[in-house]
This record gives sequence, C-alpha cells and structure tokens, in this order.
Amino acid sequence: MDLDFSTAEDAFRAEARAWLTAHVPDTPLPSLETEEGFAAHRLWERTLSDDRWSVVSWPEEYGGRGASILRWLIFEEEYYAAGAPGRVSQNGISLLAPTLFEHGTDEQRARILPSMASGEVIWAQAWSEPESGSDLASLRSTAERTEGGWLLRGQKTWSSRAAFADRAFGLFRSDPDTPKPHQGLTYLMFPLDADGVTVRPIGRLDGKPAFAELFLDDVFVPDEDVIGAPGQGWRVAMSTAGNERGLTLRSPGRFTAAAERLTDLWRETADPSDTALRDRVADAVIGARAYRLFAYAGASRIAAGGSIGAESSLNKVFWSELDIALHETALDLLGPYGELSDGAADAPAHGGWAEGHTFSLAGPIYAGTNEIQRDIIAERLLGLPKGRR
Amino acid sequence: MRFLLDDEQREFARSLDAMLTAADAPAVARAWAAGDTAPGRALWSRLAEAGVFALAVPERHEGLGPLPLELAVAFSELGRHAVPGPVVETVAAAALLDRLGDDASAALLPQIASGKTVVTLCVPAAGSPYALDADAADAVLVVEGDTVRLAETAGPVQPSADPARRLARPLGGTVLARGPAVATAAAHAAEVAALATAAQSLGLGRALLDRTVEYVRQRTQFGVAIGSFQSVKHRLADTLIALEFARPLLHSAALALAEGADHRSAEVAAAKVTAGEAAYAAARTALQLHGAVGYTEELDLALWIRKARPLRDAWGTPAACRARVLAPAPAAQQPRTRAASRGAEA
Repeated sequence: MDLDFSTAEDAFRAEARAWLTAHVPDTPLPSLETEEGFAAHRLWERTLSDDRWSVVSWPEEYGGRGASILRWLIFEEEYYAAGAPGRVSQNGISLLAPTLFEHGTDEQRARILPSMASGEVIWAQAWSEPESGSDLASLRSTAERTEGGWLLRGQKTWSSRAAFADRAFGLFRSDPDTPKPHQGLTYLMFPLDADGVTVRPIGRLDGKPAFAELFLDDVFVPDEDVIGAPGQGWRVAMSTAGNERGLTLRSPGRFTAAAERLTDLWRETADPSDTALRDRVADAVIGARAYRLFAYAGASRIAAGGSIGAESSLNKVFWSELDIALHETALDLLGPYGELSDGAADAPAHGGWAEGHTFSLAGPIYAGTNEIQRDIIAERLLGLPKGRR
Repeated sequence: MRFLLDDEQREFARSLDAMLTAADAPAVARAWAAGDTAPGRALWSRLAEAGVFALAVPERHEGLGPLPLELAVAFSELGRHAVPGPVVETVAAAALLDRLGDDASAALLPQIASGKTVVTLCVPAAGSPYALDADAADAVLVVEGDTVRLAETAGPVQPSADPARRLARPLGGTVLARGPAVATAAAHAAEVAALATAAQSLGLGRALLDRTVEYVRQRTQFGVAIGSFQSVKHRLADTLIALEFARPLLHSAALALAEGADHRSAEVAAAKVTAGEAAYAAARTALQLHGAVGYTEELDLALWIRKARPLRDAWGTPAACRARVLAPAPAAQQPRTRAASRGAEA
C-alpha cells in the first residue's frame, strides 16, 4: 500500500499547474448562474479545451487526454487549488458523457462529445417533474412514436443551467402500458431552442436563475437522438447515475482547496482561544482529507480491476454534508462580512464564501436526495429490507 | 499509487478474525472484567504466535517490525473482537523501548514480541495519568519528564465504566532510562498508541454496526422487521459512512508513521479523532436500535458499547487531536510531493 505518485504523474501535475497558473483569470468570473457569468464560463470552457484540459479523462479523439482516474483526481486538485472557475459544462461531462461512452453509438459520440468538450454546446439535465422528484420512475412526460423519431410532451423541472444552456437530456415515458413504472422509459436528447420548447427560468434561493422549468409541446426528436434502446431508458440512466453521486460531480480537489482556504481564513481572522471554531475548522480539514483518501482508494480499486457501485452513495452524503459544514464555518469566521455576496464592494473573497454557502445548501437535495442515498446504503450495502419510503 | 491493502495483509486480517472467533474473545473479555485474567493471557499467547506484538518490535530484537500498517490491520481485528488487556500499551511500550536505544531498555523487546511479557505504559504528557491493566501486566512503565520508570507496584486499581479496563497510578520502582531521548521516544510511543487505538475503534465500530444490522433484520415490531423503517436505516447508513471514511485516514496515518513523515502527527491525530468519534456514534446507534436489551450487560454488545467512549478519549482526546491537525507542521523537512505537503499543512 502506498500513496506515492509516479514520476509521470508528478510531471502531469506540474504541467497542469503551469498551465493553470498561466491561464486562470486573476479576478473570479461573474457567477455562472447569471447570463453574463454563463457566457464568461462558456468562454473559459473553450480556453480549457484549446489546450485539452476540459475533459482530461476522455479519449484523445474526443478532445481528452485519456487520463486515468488518478490523473483526473490530480488535475482536479490543481484546478481548484488554482482557484479556477466553476465548470458550466459539468452536467454534460459528468452525466451525459459517461452514458454516451457506455450506451451511445460511435456516431453519437463523434457528433456530441467534441462540442461538449469545447463548451460550444452546454447541456442541461431534464430528469425531475413537478410530481416526480425522488420517485423519478413515476415520471409522466411522454415520448410518442412518430415517423423517424419521437414527439415529446410534458413538463420537466429543476433543470440546472437550463436557463442559458443549449440542449438537454432526460427520460420520457414511451410506453404507457407497462406493469412497472421504471419500464417503458426512453432516454432522449433535445435542443432547448426547438419548436415546442418553452424554458422558464427559476430563481434559486438567492434569486439567481440557476435552474429552469421546461414545457414540452410536441417537440420532435429524431431517432438518432435516442440513447440505448427505446424502453430501456431507466437502465441506461441508472447505469451511470453513480457518476453524479460519486466522484465525478464533486471531486475531492474542490474540498481540499476549500479546506485550505478555510484554514488560511482561520489563521488570519480567528481568536486562537476559540476552540469551538478551531474544532470545526479541523473537522473540515479532516473531512476533505478523508474524502481525498477515499477517492484514492476507489481509484486504486478501479485500477486493480474492481468497480464502484452503490458505494457512490457514501460519497454523495459525505461530500454534500462536508460542503455545508465547511461553508458554515467560513461564514462564522467572517461574522458580519459573511453574508456579503458577489458584487458587494466589501465582500471577502469576492463573495465566494456566501455564494459557496448558497450553492452547498442544494447538495443534499440534488443528484438524488440524501434520504434516498441513505436508503440505498442501507438496502444495498447493509442488506436491510426494503420498506415504505 | 496503490492505496489498497495487499493480499497478504487481507489474509492476515482474515486469519486473526478466524482465530479470535474460534477463541470466543467476548467470553475472554467477560472473564477479564471479572478479574480472571488466565483466559486473557492464553489469548495473548495466541496473538503473539500470530505475530501481533512482533509487528511493533524491530527485527534486531527478534521482532518483525516496525510495521505500522500491519499493526493497524491487526488492531482493527482486536477491536472487532473486544480483545481485553493492555494490547495498545504493549505495542506502544515496544516503540518507546526501541527508541530509547539502550541495552537495558532493549532487553524487554524480545519478551514483548514473543508474548511472554505483558507491558503497560503510562505517559501523563500524552493525556492520562493512569496505566491500563497495570495489575495484570508483567512490567509497568511510566514516563515522567525525561525519565522512564519501571514501576514496582501497579498501585490501587480504580475501576472504569468499562469493567474490562482497570486503571491505576503505578508506584515506586527504578529508573530505566533518563535523558533528552526520553521525550522524543515517548512522543513516538504515544503516536503508535494513538494509531493502534484508532484501529481498535474502527474494528469496534464495525462490530457494533454488524451486530445491529443483524438485530434489526430479525427484530419485528408492528408486524415487520424494524430494519425496514427509514429512521432505523438512516442511522445505520450514517454509521457506515462514518466508519468507511475513517478507514483511509487510518491507513494513511500508518503509512506516514512508517515513513517517519513530518506530517505523521497530524495524520495520526486525524485518524484517531475520526475513528474514535465514528465508533462512539456507532455505539450510540447500536444502543438505541437494540432498545432496552442493548442497555443491559446480558448481550455481548455491552462489551463493545462501553469500550467505545474510553477508546475515543484514550491516547488523544478529540479536542487534542483536532488541535494537532491544525498545528503547523515542522518546517525542517520537505515533503516529497505537493499532495504530501497539503497533508502537512492540514
């Protein structure tokens, strides 16, 4: 057992760090949940992609570097340590791309992935519906067979980034007469500016239009934009759901970098005799380290031919709670300055802690609520019987 | 990087698990708590045969070590089976005696490796003025300032809330070693003790979780297994999360100790507080989900529940560990990689 990086991995880290030092903007970009910020973040994706840093773990033919999971973890550590912008392409990269790699066709991969890598096309997810949240399989939006494709009808909601994104992917009921709700679903992709699509931005807790409702009224989707077999959508979607809950959505690098900034803030501002605050800072540092080491163990297991299944639910609960605790501690250290958000002249760290706190509050809800994750952990990892939710 | 136990280490854990299961370790722990140490001494010999104590003793003194990672693996199993006695203190004493470096100190090391000598150790500077199970030990070591004393008598026994732990302030005796090397050696011994205690906690937490999962699967109320209720499931899920994220901290701390890395103190402290808190939370959950029967000494469960809190606080309270996590790392040594340096800062 060891935690040593090879010479080649150290060189990869050095290359990433040098590139980031040269390219990361000195001043943070405007919040990516605003129109102006979204555009700026899209340009940043292009900058990353021009030098093959936007999707390091993808094969080279699609714009990546064929990096191992360990190298991806190294890249992410450097990325967030450098204070680089949030990733506006996150949903496409962590949700749709793994699905295409596993279930898509060569034609789909060649058509979709390069423009995702460059930020030319930004993807939003369309899973939830007003009556289908945690019970996703109860969804009612339909895909009806038509010549050469499908017609989508219904309503999707909580679609992150959809206010400004270009395309969306999600599940639709293509067969209304199946014995079980998770049967008869189909995984489809569609443009957000297509005829019949209405996008209504929704202001999140702090008012920024971070997500949207989608109204679909006979939206035509050609057969080439179905992923996997019609009717098999649930299996297609769930086979990569662990990606979102697990590592790829929230890499350890985010939290190690945030914990370092928190430690700096504590050293600069805190009363050393306040051991209650000190303990919380220590817990954030320990939590970030535990998550990083847990990820190294997972990467080692995958490199040794193993896989990660329901264990990704452990990740989801852990990072989402760590993120909130870490930001709450930062706000407590900042006292009266904690609530100053981006755009405020006096805002510490350009309002990053306040924005980060607001963002962290959604963590236990999205990507499968933590209640659902705990059910998964209890049933699949501990073997407890299924029961009423 | 291969941050996984290898086949040999896994097999070592499996063989200890099998041996301790066959030896009925809970019965041994009950006897120990009742003052009958004979079964405990017999088990001690079995552990020595399996090489557990030799892991803390260097080869030149007839040991196999020092091998902190293997120690962590072994002590997880000892915790899982509620093995009684000064197991942590004996391996910490081995670390101390080895670092002292003189012949008189080294003389005990082969005896520790072979299991012939049970040692307990008291380092008040590391948190507690008490020696564990001094009345049952063959040698009682006390570190005071720059001296190591071989105590003459155990001192009056003071009962612990865990009847399998007996505390004492050892009295009298002779000075075994004196000088500036003592403080460094004692600090190292305390780190080994903290690592072994963290490992014990992790194993103990896992035992509590496993037994509670088993119980809620078969315990029926309102016509269904109580394990089908969300409130029950979620507590157990949280228990598993806490234990699973403590494990890599433990392994990383063992590696840091093996390398003598400058960030080892912070790493060991992080593992200690995380495993200790996880195991204590597991005990609270086990107690709550068993209900009234969990609050009795009739089930073996009590052996683990009452040990969780003392282990959480022994060899580094949570507050002391958290302070150490944030203490600036020694500046003299340069870590090998930036990742390592992050560990040092943290």
